[in-house]
Amino acid sequence: MAADITKLGVKATWKDLTEGMIIAGAGTSKEFNTGEWSTDKPVFIEEKCKQCLLCTPVCPDSCIPVKDGKRGEFDYDHCKGCGICVKSCPFGAITMEGV
Amino acid sequence: MAKRDRLSGNEAIAIALRQINPDVFPAFPITPSTEIPQYFASFVANGQVDTEFIPVESEHSSMSAAIGASAAGARSLTATSSCGLAYMWEELYIAASNRLPLALALVNRALSGPININCDHSDSMGARDAGWIQVYAENNQEAYDNMVQAYRIAEHKDVRLPIMICQDGFITSHAVENMELLEDEEVKNFVGEYEPENYLLNPGCPMAVGPYSITDYYMEAKRNQAEGMKHVEKIVLEVAEEFAKLSGREYGLFEAYRLEDAEYAVVMIGSAAGTTKDAIDKLREQGEKVGLLKIRLYRPFPAETIAQALKGVKAVAVMDRAEGYTNHGGPLGADVMAALYRARSQALAVNYIYGLGGRDVRVEDMEGIFATLKQIAADGDAGETYRYLGIRE
Repeated sequence: MAADITKLGVKATWKDLTEGMIIAGAGTSKEFNTGEWSTDKPVFIEEKCKQCLLCTPVCPDSCIPVKDGKRGEFDYDHCKGCGICVKSCPFGAITMEGV
Repeated sequence: MAKRDRLSGNEAIAIALRQINPDVFPAFPITPSTEIPQYFASFVANGQVDTEFIPVESEHSSMSAAIGASAAGARSLTATSSCGLAYMWEELYIAASNRLPLALALVNRALSGPININCDHSDSMGARDAGWIQVYAENNQEAYDNMVQAYRIAEHKDVRLPIMICQDGFITSHAVENMELLEDEEVKNFVGEYEPENYLLNPGCPMAVGPYSITDYYMEAKRNQAEGMKHVEKIVLEVAEEFAKLSGREYGLFEAYRLEDAEYAVVMIGSAAGTTKDAIDKLREQGEKVGLLKIRLYRPFPAETIAQALKGVKAVAVMDRAEGYTNHGGPLGADVMAALYRARSQALAVNYIYGLGGRDVRVEDMEGIFATLKQIAADGDAGETYRYLGIRE
């Protein structure tokens, strides 16, 4: 039985789960939406951001994507709202909000 | 072509395992199950099996290694008794929740304390809610036959659950009986090759086993696991039918001995059923309508068919070879009485605690039970339902 990990979430029924909760296949963590666990989420204020990129490496869930040397919007599918990025930003470009 | 032999229950299990030729057998010795890995180690040393035999440092490790091997894709098992099973407690639940069809050859022995090495069912009764299939034997032949059928049940795609093959410590594990063995080739063909769908050593599909389940998933995971258990009764009967064609020996979920027209019945598990059959035969000669329901499959518990089989009885004694410390009796008593209640049975039921720590059960003891049942039916009152058999007052 191959796991359809995309079905997992707080609304998954018992029939959606895999036998023995096994996860068959590699690199599946990206498909698993863990962002729904969070009670707070960081908000990116682009105009205050100097693109120093201090926030990106401290994110435990790799939720701050970088493209062409610039960070983009948060990946809320996987961000758990820990707030480490807020502490790392010297310019007040990230704030926390309740979800 | 069957061959006759005289073997102890432990030897019989070891021979069944030689014939099955499992992939991995981690083991740690404990009385009275020690002989199973001991005999098996000689088969490994003699090159009679290809099994990876792993002497480990504890039962916690033997069950962990069996789980790891099973997750890797191997047909695995271990053997233990008493405190060894207690030391596997945590792993038992993991094997079941991971839906790993491994086997455990359990030789029932009293749990400490007081420390005791003889037979009762307190060890496996403690593990009755772990999610394992539990099958019990009356004698050496049944222990052997159950072991041969074990993997066919556990590995079935609708089941995929671990299975405990239980026999009574010393009474069957060490006593030698005449019995019939199947030919090696017959067992090999009957059991077949293990072909898991997903397994850790499959390079084509890497996988994760035993992931963390947060509150959002835990209940759904347990319900999902229960689905495997729901199919067990059907598969046990299918495998038994096929086994009967091969061996000529018939098995069901339980054995009903002279129960059809019985007014007084005993329900019990294990070797004391043989003693009870002797008492029944004697009483039947005197015209008494007495019978036995001997449990083979205890987990899952075939409540409806048991209640159906006990439909005509006036009084029933449920015999527990383990304490439950509920002040109402033992675990089998609770299960049977719940089954009778749901079937709206009018039978008067009592629950005896008996045979703890290897205490002998005699034919006279069982005759006494039937006399008590007759009195209960005559009085129309079960009286105290929580009783001890043969206790010195």
